[in-house]
Amino acid sequence: MNEQLNNNNAASTHEEPNYTKIFYWLTALTAIEIGIALIPNGPFYPTLLQGFLLISTAVWKAALVALYFMHLKYEKRILGAIAMIPLVLMIMALIFFLNDITVPDPLSEDLSTSDIEVVLDN
Amino acid sequence: MSETAAIDATQESYESPVTPESWGKFGMWIFLTGDAMSFGALLVAYGAIRAASANWPIPNDILGISLTAFMTFLLIVSSLTMVRALSAVKHGDISGLKKYLGLTILGGVFFLGLQAYEWTHLIHVGLGFSENPWGSSLFGATFFSITGFHGMHVTGGVIYLSVVLINAQRGKFSADNHNIVELVGLYWHFVDLVWILVFTLVYLI
Repeated sequence: MNEQLNNNNAASTHEEPNYTKIFYWLTALTAIEIGIALIPNGPFYPTLLQGFLLISTAVWKAALVALYFMHLKYEKRILGAIAMIPLVLMIMALIFFLNDITVPDPLSEDLSTSDIEVVLDN
Repeated sequence: MSETAAIDATQESYESPVTPESWGKFGMWIFLTGDAMSFGALLVAYGAIRAASANWPIPNDILGISLTAFMTFLLIVSSLTMVRALSAVKHGDISGLKKYLGLTILGGVFFLGLQAYEWTHLIHVGLGFSENPWGSSLFGATFFSITGFHGMHVTGGVIYLSVVLINAQRGKFSADNHNIVELVGLYWHFVDLVWILVFTLVYLI
């Protein structure tokens, strides 16, 4: 039975990806990420662009791990769909939090008294 | 009649549209999905608290990058040794399986040692759950919660891998019976994947 299970295992029967190549990609992308983080911000390199580049690189690395090391690329689509659920929920949570992110909490301990006064006046 | 029914039942389990592979793998993916939601919630909360804070410190200045970059590299290497372990057992190379499982465990233990060193250093310079000499006190709370939660996963992974290694020593795996190795591999790669996101969101941005 186990034998049959393994023979029917979609991810077990595919040709193995080049794991060393994926490893080199992950290492190179990590080095690039560190470079992106260390370059000082300026008028042509705003914090927003830096953040976008860093998140894009991280998502690229995470996708490489999921697709090749976790064999998601070779699995049935249902597993890929299940794996997408947390990502969708994270995006939804970000949208729900957007109001809190863009409008600082007037009672936050991190705000100075003058900041709170400005917020309350408005 | 009963024999035919038994055969049908067996075929049904293979041909189910939900999981034609092992049920174990399906279960592991369900577990990882739930776990990813926990990490997702922590990271989204971190982002929201940070964005709403007026005096959030620059993490690079406090935490440094070189040590955690090396820790990231260590987890990537351990993911490589993990896939090598699975590849070895699929080809019937049990000594290769044991060697690569051992190296993966070593990577995990080394990672935990470095994290303990980092935590000790940060606590000594004044960072705590409710204290932060460089700005918002919530920085310490979120930092220790996220990296601590991940560290517990690495600890669990090291224990899980050790149990699989003990079973490998006892000769429980072969080219035709390696589902358990695949499952522990999924867990370990997930731990690596989460760290990739933690490294970027907490240390680099």
